[in-house]
Amino acid sequence: MSDASMAAAPRRHRPMMAELNILLVLVGISLTFEILGWIMQGQSFLGNWQRLSIMILQVSVVGIIAIGVTQVIISGGIDLSSGSIVGATAMISMSLAQAAGYERAIYPDLTGLPVVVPLLAGLLFGLLCGTINGVLIAYTRIPPFIATLGMMVTARGFAKWYTKGQPISFPSDSFAAIGKGMMPVFIFLVVALIFHVALKYTRYGKFTYAIGANPQAARVSGINVERQLVRIYAIAGLLSALAGIVVAARGLTAQAGMGTMYELDAIAMAVIGGVSLTGGRGSILGTMIGMVIFGVIISGFTFLRLDAYYQEMIKGVIIVAAVVADVYRQKKRKKA
Amino acid sequence: MPAAGSSRPRPIKTKGETMLDRTSAWHGEYILEVDNITKEFPGVKALDGVQLKIRPGTVHALMGENGAGKSTLMKIIAGVYTPDGGEVRFAGQPLDVRTPLDALNSGIAMIHQELNLMNWMTVAENIWIRREPLNRLGLVDHGRMRQMTAELLGRLNIRLDPDQQVGELTVAQKQMVEIAKAVSYNSDVLIMDEPTSAITEAEVEHLFAIIRDLKSRGIGIVYITHKMNELFEIADEFTVFRDGKYVGTHPSADVTRDDIIRMMVGREITEMFPKIDCEIGETVLEVRNLTLPGVFHDVSFQVRAGEILGIAGLVGSKRSNVAEAIFGVHPAPIGDILIDGRHVQITCPSDAMGHGMAFLTEDRKESGCFLILDCLENIQSALITRSHVKNGFIDLRTVAAKAEEMAATLRIKTPSLRETVENLSGGNQQKLLIARWLLTEPRILILDEPTRGIDVGAKAEIHRLITKLAAQGVAVIMISSEMPEVLGMSDRIMVMHEGHVSGFLDRAEADQVKIMSLAAK
Ligand SMILES: Nc1ncnc2c1ncn2[C@@H]1O[C@H](COP(=O)(O)OP(=O)(O)OP(=O)(O)O)[C@@H](O)[C@H]1O
Ligand SMILES: [Mg+2]
Repeated sequence: MSDASMAAAPRRHRPMMAELNILLVLVGISLTFEILGWIMQGQSFLGNWQRLSIMILQVSVVGIIAIGVTQVIISGGIDLSSGSIVGATAMISMSLAQAAGYERAIYPDLTGLPVVVPLLAGLLFGLLCGTINGVLIAYTRIPPFIATLGMMVTARGFAKWYTKGQPISFPSDSFAAIGKGMMPVFIFLVVALIFHVALKYTRYGKFTYAIGANPQAARVSGINVERQLVRIYAIAGLLSALAGIVVAARGLTAQAGMGTMYELDAIAMAVIGGVSLTGGRGSILGTMIGMVIFGVIISGFTFLRLDAYYQEMIKGVIIVAAVVADVYRQKKRKKA
Repeated sequence: MPAAGSSRPRPIKTKGETMLDRTSAWHGEYILEVDNITKEFPGVKALDGVQLKIRPGTVHALMGENGAGKSTLMKIIAGVYTPDGGEVRFAGQPLDVRTPLDALNSGIAMIHQELNLMNWMTVAENIWIRREPLNRLGLVDHGRMRQMTAELLGRLNIRLDPDQQVGELTVAQKQMVEIAKAVSYNSDVLIMDEPTSAITEAEVEHLFAIIRDLKSRGIGIVYITHKMNELFEIADEFTVFRDGKYVGTHPSADVTRDDIIRMMVGREITEMFPKIDCEIGETVLEVRNLTLPGVFHDVSFQVRAGEILGIAGLVGSKRSNVAEAIFGVHPAPIGDILIDGRHVQITCPSDAMGHGMAFLTEDRKESGCFLILDCLENIQSALITRSHVKNGFIDLRTVAAKAEEMAATLRIKTPSLRETVENLSGGNQQKLLIARWLLTEPRILILDEPTRGIDVGAKAEIHRLITKLAAQGVAVIMISSEMPEVLGMSDRIMVMHEGHVSGFLDRAEADQVKIMSLAAK
């Protein structure tokens, strides 16, 4: 009897397929630049270790944000506030990280503090912003787009107000070390690893996917959907703050306008990496590949000495192409 | 089904044991008692002081017309809604559930009327969500989760791959996943809200085997259905609600079908399948060698004006895919579709509608209702592309009037047609979809499980409407998993098996055995 009832033969689906597709896109784009490199510049694009490491360095700060954004999008939401949180956090942490004895410091009495102070202050600020996002979304049920748009404007306003528009510089050496050399890449890799594990192998991850796939199902399965949403957005805020600290430390200065448009770049990385804007699907691995694609395009254009304007235009095209590809994949699977 | 072991495995209880274990001194008669529960929604008193008493180790059917308040009460017990008044007692003690988690932790699990699954997650992930087995590092142990799923499915005789994505399953298979998930909670009370509305007779038997096993382990089961025969087959007792009020409770052995219907409806319903033989005219729709590679093959049939062609088959017979292909949901199947003898190209549903087709889909939540729109907007949606458009504007007044009329005929229970469809009971949503398609005045009407989740009274009404339409010369194709419906309504029956047509039966020669032997050959 059960033979008849379950007649349709189950066809195994390999979850790795999505990432494999994106990887192929990455390989295709890289090879295109390689070929163009030989034709136009007479040299290899990929065969230059320094170029590659600079490329990764360029995207890893936004990459940190993209990790947080990935889990937000998987849960069915969106976070527009990341870029502004970067700006505000950069200001706050830098103001507490100024080198001892610097007389034009923001807080002249608070110079030369141990590095944990600016670090913690910045991270807590990001956590707070993210928590506010999460509470608004979970308990007032306003759309994530609106809640985080509000935070985007507010946090940017805060960053500008903080010093009335003045940049802050002269961090202590220990603070500057956070952004030195390949440190940002290292931080990114640690964050990525943690969240790869969290999303794939913990209940936190399963809840995130479940809420994105079907919030009602998550609720009747006994998941506290509201609490989970708050956690997700809080962590996204935290990671934006971390990115803000890294940016400030690397630049040795903080400005209110830092991180502008980072939210969109981060969303783009996730989307290129196969994270579905309808929620429920995507992975850290995908986002990482998306991030590298992003980097390859930027450094590829620089390498070919093409106008930076082309970069932006191509970036836009690729984002849309990635979503089109995702929609097409979904359709194909539905039919099967 | 393997014999029930005396040791019920309880690997999944996250917080302590169930209420029943904690009150092991309890020897009362009822495991679950609902007393004087009241619940009001804006504009509707969904429940008005109802009661319900469930004995352990029995199946208690809850009956009532669409919108009687059955699902509402179950959702209260399962912690989805909070009641306005009244009391729920579990094993003799007052139960205060505020969230679904509270209910699950107290030992109450529920299969909801509508599917509640996460499409992009695997069968295993869906079943064990929130209760994933963890390894020593606190990480999800996928290997063990797969193994637990395989054991559970094996114990329940459900043939599914734990690693398959739920989104790729058929509706019936999804329902089986829901059933497995509910069983996996090892609860003391299991609520099943119309578990058989999406599955065929073979799976119903399968489910009943599972239910009997659960019963033998002392679990109290609340079973909601609109199918009378199921009631007599599986239920020990039943309770009837009407319009949110308690009508009565009886052992099911003591009553007849008509008694129950009278209790439910408050009036007599005489004729169940009011089929009248009407004049059958010219062939309206003809399908020749229709093939969708990998799905169905060489499907050929004709439907004439005034004829009702029933399509029977088991799950996986791809009946719905054929209907979808004809209606242009799937792009370009191979083969020919002829309307009035002329070849037509149907590449999308609006082409099909342009040829006078209407298609009531199988899954009202996914491909039927616009849940957040109101009733009128839902009804209008199919009309927009056809008649009732004047100078580019929809003639709202006429549409509204017709919709009101249709809503009255079908007894759609709603405070007004301006109510959001999400708030309607499942059966009433179904009726609304039927109203939508009937108002397009189709020449070819394709119905996929038209009376899913519809109460007896309205069912007869819908059957009468279908018959009437046929009498007016509409060609009807009716896919149904309910044998009596197929047998009672069809002029001819086409039986499908795994994507192939396995035979045709005339009304006169058709019976259940013949259909089943064709369907399962
Ligand atoms: N969330 C809600 N908001 C407003 N009204 C609701 C809501 N849920 C249910 N109702 C109304 O309460 C009444 C009872 O609905 P319920 O879903 O309990 O019916 P039911 O007996 O399960 O019917 P069916 O057999 O069709 O499933 C209906 O009139 C319905 O419209
Ligand atoms: Mg119901």
